[in-house]
Amino acid sequence: MNIVVCVKHVPDAQGDRHFESDYTTDRSGDGLLSELDEYAVEEALKLSESAGGEVTVVTIGPDAAADAIKKALQMGADKGVHVCDDAIAGSDSLGTSLILAEAIKKIGTPDLVMTGMASTDGTMGVLPAMLAERLGLPQVTMSAAITVADGSVSARRDGDAASETIVAALPALVSVTDQINEPRYPSFKGIMAAKKKPVETWSLADLGVDPAAVGLAGAYTQVTSVTKRPPRAQGEIVTDEGDGGTKLAAFLAARKFI
Amino acid sequence: MADVFVLVDHANGAVRKTTAELLTMAARLGNPVAIFVGSGVEQAQPILARFGASRVFAMDNADVAGHLVAPQAELLAALVKKFSPAAVLIPANPAGKEIAARLAVKTDSGLITDAVDVQATGEGIEATQSVFAGSYTITGKVTKGTPIIAVKPNSAAPEEKAGAAQVVPVNLTISEAGKGAKISESKPRVSTGRPELNEAAIIISGGRGTSGNFGPVESFADSLGAAVGASRAAVDAGWYPHTAQIGQTGKQVSPQLYVAAGISGAIQHRAGMQTSKTIVAVNKDPEAPIFELVDFGVVGDLFQVLPQATDAVNAAKG
Repeated sequence: MNIVVCVKHVPDAQGDRHFESDYTTDRSGDGLLSELDEYAVEEALKLSESAGGEVTVVTIGPDAAADAIKKALQMGADKGVHVCDDAIAGSDSLGTSLILAEAIKKIGTPDLVMTGMASTDGTMGVLPAMLAERLGLPQVTMSAAITVADGSVSARRDGDAASETIVAALPALVSVTDQINEPRYPSFKGIMAAKKKPVETWSLADLGVDPAAVGLAGAYTQVTSVTKRPPRAQGEIVTDEGDGGTKLAAFLAARKFI
Repeated sequence: MADVFVLVDHANGAVRKTTAELLTMAARLGNPVAIFVGSGVEQAQPILARFGASRVFAMDNADVAGHLVAPQAELLAALVKKFSPAAVLIPANPAGKEIAARLAVKTDSGLITDAVDVQATGEGIEATQSVFAGSYTITGKVTKGTPIIAVKPNSAAPEEKAGAAQVVPVNLTISEAGKGAKISESKPRVSTGRPELNEAAIIISGGRGTSGNFGPVESFADSLGAAVGASRAAVDAGWYPHTAQIGQTGKQVSPQLYVAAGISGAIQHRAGMQTSKTIVAVNKDPEAPIFELVDFGVVGDLFQVLPQATDAVNAAKG
């Protein structure tokens, strides 16, 4: 079974994140493989370990985004594709999904296209559905558990109102939540092996994507203002001396919550 | 006045509060038109009328109910192409965002998700979002196609405004591609009897500090008529269901009051609650980062503090 996993290189959420003067995300600081994509890589590796086949990771982004591929290769993926082109900077979800869809077509549509549930920077969570739409694949998203057998995939999707079972024939697009597994850490052997794994770098021209259709200029949305939220003023902190609960209730009463 | 579409969020005709919020927003932008998918439109119609819907496009068939999101996107795309609305407002829950995503591709339109406000300006429709775990507020607009905006719950106070809510049945044959992902089984969640997290005015959340005993958190929540949430640590430990998880990979909430009990306040959690109006924390560790955010904090043991507060609230209610 061949699987393509889409991954994203993101600014570290533990640090302060900022915007550039053109309101695009500041990507100059340290970045890493989006934590939520590790679950997709892990699930793809498990599937290929039991059913055979190749795991290809694909990412879009500037030079530093190669680090996201490297991490996935260290975990055990077989090869990488890095779509890198100056014209991509500032792409919105429509532009990004267009480029990814063309990259997946060029790789050769696999049995499964896998993604995380959302990136940890943009956090929109719309890319999996957009990719399914563009590739004409069944959309099996927000999977908390999956099984693949007899040419079809079955997934558990936990919603607020119900827990659903979603079934689709392969090839299909599957996104996974952080409930699905516990991603492995790269082993020393994996880190060494990753150095020899093939990574191809493609431009927009390689994919036949018009540079004017993507990037900041081609975006379908425009950010018109960015305001740093003022830090919350710290309120009153009391230490419980046997009356902490009473003081808490008094605060709630004063604020009319009771 | 141009139509503004609102995708109705409902369970078999029981309309969720977010729909009233979206209709209220739609009325600011134009003429609110409700899109109702599924069964129970007769039950929903009076509520849609009360919040200003002029028309209700209703579609009920097995292909829509039995497949994941793609058929709803097909229906909306057909209506958008036919009526060219000024905007489409969709609830920003997981399914809603996925429908919005597919609709954006189908209609070659821009998409804004997780909007907390939507306003008409001289230069078109502007949406406000809270990003990077609530550390920035940004405004933006759609510059191509029909603005498709997924709006977070609690982003507007519902305002009653009489509308005709004339029901117009719609028939559409769903394509084979739209039927690729079947819902083969659906197990309804057993209701806790507490408010839904996305709609609750008050949320009490428990974390690692509960050591797995959510009893004091639940009792305190019940005294205030609140919903119960959990941190990722508590969910990962198996103490509380994932559907209650507040944070980056769970729900992002902005209630009037958020109480974090035994939660340290890691960025993953803050991303889900930082925009709450009033924040309270109870934690044994005075250095816990959650205290940086609070309007009121108690450094103490939640097993002492919460029961005492619960008794005081119940006594105050009489």
